[in-house]
Amino acid sequence: MLKDITIGQYFPGESAIHRLDPRMKLIMTTIYIVALFVANNVGGLLVCVAIGLAGYLISGISLSMVKKSLKPIMPIIIFTAVLNMIFVDGKPIFEFWIIKATYEGLQLAVLMVIRIVCLIAGSSLLTYTTSPIALTDAVERLFDPLKKFNMPVHELAMMMTIALRFIPTLIEETDKIMSAQKARGADMESGTIIDRARALIPILIPLFVSSFRRADELALAMECRCYHGGEGRTRMKQLKYTGNDFVALAVLVMVLALVIAMNLILPSMY
Amino acid sequence: MIAVKTEKLRHVYSPQTPFEKVAVDDFSLEIEEGEFVGVIGHTGSGKSTFIQHLNGLMKPTSGKVFIHGRDMWADPKKIREFRFMVGLVFQYPEYQLFEETVEKDIAFGPTNMGLSAAEISDRVRTAAEFVGLAPEVMQKSPFELSGGQKRRVAIAGVLAMQPKVLILDEPTAGLDPKGREQIFSQISEYHKKTSSTVLLVSHSMEDVARHAKKVLVVNDSKLFAFGTVNEVFARTEELTAMGLSVPQVTKIFTELKRRGFDVADNIFTVEQAKTELLRLLGKAGGNNA
Repeated sequence: MLKDITIGQYFPGESAIHRLDPRMKLIMTTIYIVALFVANNVGGLLVCVAIGLAGYLISGISLSMVKKSLKPIMPIIIFTAVLNMIFVDGKPIFEFWIIKATYEGLQLAVLMVIRIVCLIAGSSLLTYTTSPIALTDAVERLFDPLKKFNMPVHELAMMMTIALRFIPTLIEETDKIMSAQKARGADMESGTIIDRARALIPILIPLFVSSFRRADELALAMECRCYHGGEGRTRMKQLKYTGNDFVALAVLVMVLALVIAMNLILPSMY
Repeated sequence: MIAVKTEKLRHVYSPQTPFEKVAVDDFSLEIEEGEFVGVIGHTGSGKSTFIQHLNGLMKPTSGKVFIHGRDMWADPKKIREFRFMVGLVFQYPEYQLFEETVEKDIAFGPTNMGLSAAEISDRVRTAAEFVGLAPEVMQKSPFELSGGQKRRVAIAGVLAMQPKVLILDEPTAGLDPKGREQIFSQISEYHKKTSSTVLLVSHSMEDVARHAKKVLVVNDSKLFAFGTVNEVFARTEELTAMGLSVPQVTKIFTELKRRGFDVADNIFTVEQAKTELLRLLGKAGGNNA
């Protein structure tokens, strides 16, 4: 059950997108998200959808993965769509008691749904094609200039790496502890909300205890290997931009430009 | 009376995905009530998946499990009854402790069973005695105890439910020789006193040979063999071929026999070896005289 979580999952591959510099992928994703929010009409959004689809095609990641990553936020999507339909003034489709759905609302709802889906799909493509280690590495390098302002960039990146590294471990551990308590007759599936919350105690306490133990062991292991922060630390894998990276960046900048152009030509939908 | 029975038990992980893996493939077996069964197999052979089916933590993909003649999944709502009938001690069970005191932690299982307060405290005391926990430990926090003591508390937590079938997954992993010996003798004692059925998963062939009457061998998701210690360890070559082994002392006697000594080849424990060697020496001495 816990094993079905796919957020942040990495699928190793050899596609052009996999091989892009992680820093560039991070920048591209940011541009993509900006473009999604700048777009205020169907034309601009269609451009975004097209480039998103192209990205998935090149990466070789199946679109069914998008469906999977959308599943957990389905309630938010539906909620947004319904709210937009009801609370936007305009020509009514139907009226029921004090609820009034409008054509303008429907249009906006569709726009919003496309935007959220693209947002999730786009950022998922980043994590599907980039290993967590490469990603945190990229974050550290991109925010490097902030070190001048005393931002603990290396420490933050290290924290991210450790957190990502331990998610699967902790999921496995939770599964194990749940099984062990169920074997002792713990009942987690029935009763009132309070009963269920109380049933979590036998799982959370051992989980906390073992997390602290792991943290302690990890700190010791890092010290044994002479870890002393980012100062003077060299890297085995040097990141280097290649021609492909700049082509990819150019494509994304073009997308943003196109979206802005569409905004100027086509009427806004707000 | 049959304590545990499985019928074509099969479990597939992540079916219909690229990660599909058959973990338990067509297990059909019957374990008599009161038997002490050793379960051996590689890491990842499917033995852990198999034992988790016996108390309903995992649901078979197909096939059936019967405990004392009752079909486990006939009514999924009653699955907890089976969890109380079949006690399962996981690997490194000390990581499941959570209560403020040792006493309360051991009482967790019996409390879930809905027993009376008197019955619970009675069971907690008996279980603690079985695993050799001193009365003054009972009011301590389980987190203050040593690793070996924590392990005992965790085992007592399962024993307190007084399961008819007790399954232990490598109960002595990571303990020192003295701790191992104590835990094994306590399990043996529990087995004798309560005449419950015991399944012991272990990587130590010596321990299996010494404590178990029967051995169940799982290899590559399949039930390779299920028979008495004699029958199973007689298949030395097959066991070695799959990367398992037989007790060291058995190897010595197989080799002795190969070199022409007149020894029995069903020697599995040091005690048996001692008797056999004395017999041989006595005989040899007699010949010389």
